[in-house]
Order: sequence, then C-alpha cells, then structure tokens
Amino acid sequence: MKNKEPLILAVVVFFTLATYYLVEPFAHSQMHKHFESEGFAYKDLPAITKTGDATRGKELVMGAGACTGCHAITSQGLQAPMDAVTSASAYGVNPPDLSNAGAVYDARFLNALIKNPAHALMVEHKFNPASGKTHPMPQFYGAGGDLDQEVADMVAYLESIAPKADKLTPTMAFETACGRCHAVHYEKWTQIGEKPAFKKKQDELAFETNVLNYQDSLAKYMGTLPPDLSIYIRSRGEHYIKTFVENPQQYLKGTAMPRVGVNAEAADKVIEYLEDSGDAKRHERESVGKNVMVYIVIFAIFALLWKREIWRDLH
Amino acid sequence: MKDNSRRGFMGKAFGAVAGVGAVASLYAMKKSWDPLPSVKAAGFTTLDMSAYKENELVVEKWRGKPIFVLKQSKEMLDTEGENMSKVTGKTTATIDKTRLIKVGDAHYMVTIGLCTHLGCIPGYNPDKKSFLCACHGGMYDDTGMVTKSPPPRGLDIPPFKIKGNTLVLGEEGPEYKKMKETGITL
Amino acid sequence: MAHFTKATSIKDWLNQRLAIEKVEKVMASEYWIPKNINFLWAMGMVLVITFTMLLVSGIFLLMYYQPNVNLAFDSVNYTIMREVDFGWLWRHVHGVAASVVFLIIYIHMFTAIYYGSYKKGREMIWISGMLLFVAFSAEAFSGYMLPWGQMSYWAGMVITNLFSGGSLHADGLVEWIRGDYVPAQAFLNRFFMLHVLLVPLAIIGLIGLHFGALRIPHVNNQDGEEIDFDEESKKYLAGDKAGSKVIRFANDFMSKDMLVVAIYLVFFFYLVFFHYDFAMDPVNFDPANGLKTPTHIYPEWYFLWSYEILRPFSTNIGLMAFAFAQVIFMLLPFLDRSPNTVPASRRGLFKYWFWAMLIDMIVLTAMGKVPPIEPFGTIGFYAALTFIGLWIALPIITMFEKKA
Repeated sequence: MKNKEPLILAVVVFFTLATYYLVEPFAHSQMHKHFESEGFAYKDLPAITKTGDATRGKELVMGAGACTGCHAITSQGLQAPMDAVTSASAYGVNPPDLSNAGAVYDARFLNALIKNPAHALMVEHKFNPASGKTHPMPQFYGAGGDLDQEVADMVAYLESIAPKADKLTPTMAFETACGRCHAVHYEKWTQIGEKPAFKKKQDELAFETNVLNYQDSLAKYMGTLPPDLSIYIRSRGEHYIKTFVENPQQYLKGTAMPRVGVNAEAADKVIEYLEDSGDAKRHERESVGKNVMVYIVIFAIFALLWKREIWRDLH
Repeated sequence: MKDNSRRGFMGKAFGAVAGVGAVASLYAMKKSWDPLPSVKAAGFTTLDMSAYKENELVVEKWRGKPIFVLKQSKEMLDTEGENMSKVTGKTTATIDKTRLIKVGDAHYMVTIGLCTHLGCIPGYNPDKKSFLCACHGGMYDDTGMVTKSPPPRGLDIPPFKIKGNTLVLGEEGPEYKKMKETGITL
Repeated sequence: MAHFTKATSIKDWLNQRLAIEKVEKVMASEYWIPKNINFLWAMGMVLVITFTMLLVSGIFLLMYYQPNVNLAFDSVNYTIMREVDFGWLWRHVHGVAASVVFLIIYIHMFTAIYYGSYKKGREMIWISGMLLFVAFSAEAFSGYMLPWGQMSYWAGMVITNLFSGGSLHADGLVEWIRGDYVPAQAFLNRFFMLHVLLVPLAIIGLIGLHFGALRIPHVNNQDGEEIDFDEESKKYLAGDKAGSKVIRFANDFMSKDMLVVAIYLVFFFYLVFFHYDFAMDPVNFDPANGLKTPTHIYPEWYFLWSYEILRPFSTNIGLMAFAFAQVIFMLLPFLDRSPNTVPASRRGLFKYWFWAMLIDMIVLTAMGKVPPIEPFGTIGFYAALTFIGLWIALPIITMFEKKA
C-alpha cells in the first residue's frame, strides 16, 4: 500500500495556509492603509542653511519675551513661569521643558517649528486665519538680525544643552515627546508627571484633581482627551506608531494630533518605552521561547524514535 | 499483553523526555503562585514611635497582619523580670528586657499580634497587664512572653529596623538580627 | 458479595478493588484500533492535548483575572502580563490554543466527512462531536468577552443582538441575556461564569459522550474496509502482529498519536512565542468603550464562515441563513442518503461536493473578514448561496450514488 500521508499533510497544510493568508495578511491589507516610514527626514520642511552658534543662541533663548517666557529649562535651573495645570488652562497644554528638546527633536523640524509652529506641527487645518485661532506658541519673527541665522543659533543652543544620544533614556524621550498629552498608567505616568506614592488619601486626591483639571483643559484644546498609551505597542504596533507620529494626517485626516518631530533615535527610544510598558516581558518571552523550541524538537525526535520502535513489529 | 506492558528502551526514553517537560512546566506554575512584585514592594511599614502611650495597646498593620505595639511604663519594666523568672526559672538580671525594643529612651513591645498556637488574635487586659487568647486560653505577659500554654513560644517579633524615632517593619536591623540569633523570636 | 483476599502487592490490592488490569485492557491495551488509518486519526489526541493546555493555562489566568468591568482589562494586561511570573505565558498559551483548537476541530470534522465516519452506527459520534463544536464555540465566545477590550465589548453587543430575532424584536430576550441594556457588569459576570464553569462542565461531559460513542461502532479506517475486530484482535494476540488488521490503542497507536502531537506542538509553541498576534486581535488591546465602535469589527476567524452567511442578506433572511448554518452540520448523517462508508474519492458526485464545501467555507471565511465592499460583498453573497445550495443538493446526489 502506497503511503498517502505526505500527500494528505500537503493538502492540510495548503488549505490551512490559504485560510491564514486570506484572513490575516490579505484581509488586513484591505482594512488598513499602509504607509512607509519617511525615516524621520522631514523633507517637506525647509533645509537648514546656516550653522548655528550656541552662545548667541543662548542669549536669544533666554532673551526677554523669548522661549523662557513660557518654557522651563530645568537642566539649566530655569523653572516654568506657571505650573502644568495653570499652563494648560492658559494654553490648552503645558509648554514642554526644553532641557531635552535638542536630543529628542529633529533639528530641521525645530528650525521650522520656531518660525511657524502650526506648519511644522501639521495643524494648520486647526490654526488658520479662517478659523481665527492661532497656535498657542507664537511665531518667531526674529530679534533684528538674520532670521535664519538666529533660529539656527537657538537650535544650536538647545542641542548644546541636551543630553548626548547615549544618555537619552526611553523615559526622557517619551516624556518630552508624548508625555504632556498622553498618560501611561502602567508606568504611573500622568500628563503632569509621574504619580508618586502617597501616604495620605487627601494628597492623592489633590494630585488626581490636578490631573483631571489638566485633562479637562487638554481635552478642550485637542477636541478629545488623547488616549492612554499603556499598551499601544500591542494595539497599534511599532510600524503604525512610528509612521503615525511622523505624519498623523495621513492616517487620520483632520486629527488634532500634531506631528511630533522626533528624530529617528528618539523615535526608537519612545518605542522602547512603550514596549517596556505594554510588552514588558518580551525579552523573557524570546529566551523562554527559544528554550521551549529546542526542547520540543528533542521531544519530537524521541516521539519519532519511540513510534518506530513500536511499529517495527506491526508492519 | 506481556510484551506490551514492558516498554522498550525508546518508550522509557520518550517518557523521560516528556517528564523533563512536565517538570519544567511545574517550575513555571510554581512561579505563578509567588506573591506579586507589587505585594512584595508593599511589605514595609514605618511606625512613628513617639505617638504611643504607656500601657495602651495599639494595633498596627504590617503585611496584612496585626502588629501589637505596647509602650512599657516604669512599673511594667520593674515587674518584667519577675514575670520572666516565673516562667523560665532564670534570674531576673539575665533575661531583663530582652523581648523589648528600645527606641529613644522608651521600651516597647512590638510583636505580631497572632497567637503562636493557631493564629488567633489575643486580647489585652491593661489592668492585669496580660494577653489572653480566647481561642484556646493561651496567655502572654506584657512583653509577649507565654505565661500559660498551649502557645509553644512567645509572640513573634516582626523584622524591624530602628531609624531615629521610627521603626521600619520589614527590614532587618542589627537589633532584630541579634534577637533571631539568641532565639528570642523565630 | 465480592470475595477479597489478602493482597500480595499494591497492584493486587488495587486490582481487587478497582479492577485496574481490566480497565487498562478495556481502555488501552485491548482497545483495538484499525491499522490502516493515517495521521488525521490522531487529531482526537491533539484535541485532548490542546484542551488540557487550555484548562491548565486557564486555571492560572483564573487566579488573577478580575471579572469586573473596571478591573478586567488591567487585570489581564497589567497584572497577568506584567506582574505575574509567567502570566504572559499562560495568556499566550490560552489565546493561541483557543484559536488553534478550532483549526484542529475543523480538520477533525472534515476528516470525518471525507471518510464517511458519521455513518452506519457512527451517527452519535458525529452528533456528540457537533455538540462539542457548539460548546467550544460558546466557550470561545464567552472567553472572548473576558479581557473587556473593544472587540470583547462590541462582539458582545453584536452577537447578543442576534437574539432579537430580526423583525421579531425580541429586545426583552436580548436584555435578559445581558442582564442590562448594554453589555455591562452583569453581562461580564455571567459570561465569566459560563466560561469557567458551566460550559467547561458541558465540554467535559460531552467529551465523555464522544469517546463513549466510539466504543461500539469502533474507529473508522481510511479504506472504507469493514473489519472484524474480534477475529483480527485474536490474530494479534496470537502473535501475528504484522498480519493483523488491528493494533492496540496503547502503546501501538498511542506512539503514533504522540508523534503527531509532538509535531503539532512544535508548530503550536512556535505560534505561542513568535507568532501570537493572529490569535490576539490588536483591537482588543484598546479598553472597552461603549461610545465608540472600532472601524472594523469581525469575529475570530473560526466564526467567520457562519458570520458571512448572515452578512450579505437583509436582517431576517440573514438570521434564517445563519440559523441554518448553525444546525445543518448536525444533520449530516441523515442528509447523506448513501449507504457507502468509504472515502469521498470513491463516492462519485460526493467527491466534488466535499471539495466544493471545503473551498466554499474558506471563501466564506475570507469574505467574512474583509470590509463589506465590492467585489467582496458579491463574492460573499454567492458563496453563501452556494453553501445553502450544497446542503440542499446533498440528499439528492447521495440518493443516486452507486454502491461502492
């Protein structure tokens, strides 16, 4: 009698794979738009033409009515003029601390942002003359000199005070790039900072009230409260998150979510933070997985040998 | 029948391999029963010792268990040696104050408030200065020493560390380690 | 009154009281299995192993899961996935096994259809098997509610709405099932109960029935051969193992079962550790939100074919088609009018019926998942009609089937 088992196996595998292909890769290709990453190059923004000077940049950043009027630079000992909750009620969102900005944001993006925030952030559909709304961050029209040079100087200063790439932790990258709008309660992160451990219930409630007040302002500013990102790495995946922050409009036309403007390294750090939050045991899973695979193959080999031993007499 | 029940070599070898897998999965199962990291992290309680009053039992909570804190009055300290010697037969000088914790100038009894017999919570009588466990009639004096069986030993003392005027339960300080070494507590 | 003597060994002691040797013979060493069966006959054992893994992993999930609408999502995604040692492993095993078990069930079902293993005394095996399919479906659906993500909530909403019966507007029934106007606390609690108690009890009972139904008619074989089990087993016991047409269940067939199980486990654990996404829909990693429907909603893959039979029609006809799809497989032994218990390849038109049914169900499955846009809507519509048409044709084509 001819052994038909290989043929039967081929038939089973074929129909299984065909079904898998149809309900997974094929169906998802029909459901979701797919966008390739632009590599965080920000090619739609003007290229940098001038070389910045950090010393002059410092004067501009610290100058009267300039950046530090709203932004904190805590690494340089400059506190924000208002606390996060008050800032949010005034601007809609707390202006970022600039300590790490030079490491997190792409230089080309920062250049464009200082000159025209709504354009660089891709929120001109929201802030334009027709809507009568202006972006809470004012455009920088120059301090009297060459605008391009001045902006380049400011960016150079921000880069000079920022931690070097290898010193930028995933948490720092996330907090600067995403953390003022998105909570991550699996990491105890709220929009106004990490939630401490409270001894007294009153202190905890006061903190939570602050968070809720901040969220109210934020929700009014954004139209809806930006989601908690605790397990976005599982619900959206790395590719979606990266291409989404590069250009939110291509996925969600008209969304209030701004382009984030992170550089490629910081994007990786943000992903790492989200993985630590939403897929914390991934390293364990991979190493346990390898061991189990080795074991199960050995198990299969012994099963084969046992079957052969038994069936030797049966044929 | 016979040749079937006697497994061949490969049958045994396969069984052994399967056994290794079963044991490995038992390891994962055992680990899944362990206390969670959040439970372990919450295993420390700090007590401010200046807040207690003499001969007034206060029940605190540490790792879900009641903790008896009893500040000793001068009178209690004086009679303590007596009580102990009644039980142990040793002279008062050698056993004085060994079960008590000294924070600042004051002495405190700090124990896990569960009878060492079967885990009921004994009640304190401030007039008689003694604990009575209602479950099986075990009694302890005001230092947590057994004065009437069935409890096999005095009330257990939780791991503690003296930090200034406070006591951190869950950490092992030198005073606690000494108590363990000398067998005052388990 | 039984007569007991002083035991000579522990085995003897047990033997006098529990007849363990007899049990061992009946259940294993003299439970005779045809020799001419292929690896598809090992799917039963593969299902037993998969069900065991579901049970064991489920026990560990049950220790930390909280059936509360405010806590359920984080108890799964935070406590189990981050806090519990190996919690992630139990969840991935449970999720992947819940999906793969249906693949094996379908292979098991189509094996039975192909080889005619539902006929001539084997009807109860088929019927108990289909009841198991229903019970597993209930188990899968109730389990899908528990993480209380977006897909849980909206699947709960949509599927319970099916019970309104279209124009019958049995809204009271829907609310009775939910215990609320929408899926909420009462709903989660009762589906939790169903998932961890009532349905598993039913499954275990039905597995007993399914195995029991197999004893008298014996296992079918791949050649449609009628085997005299008494005669052949005598031959085996006399020592002519090679000449006998039957083998012992244990260790003879068991060793083959275990080989198939082992190969299956290689595939299974690969999925658990390296390719689990297909079994855990990303959308369900968003917490349930009763005010926002996900852009695309679809059931898990194993329900897609019956979902697609519902979808292309208007509400009432769709519900009738759906109800038809749910019960029709149960009636297979009675709709197949041919007395031939042989592989489909030797059964004339039934051969084409088999492959047409298989392919049609795969088409329905695929169309059930893609968004309802053209040309998928039309393909789905015709695939649904084909499904119904094939079942209507079955008694006719089998009635005229020649004796094989």
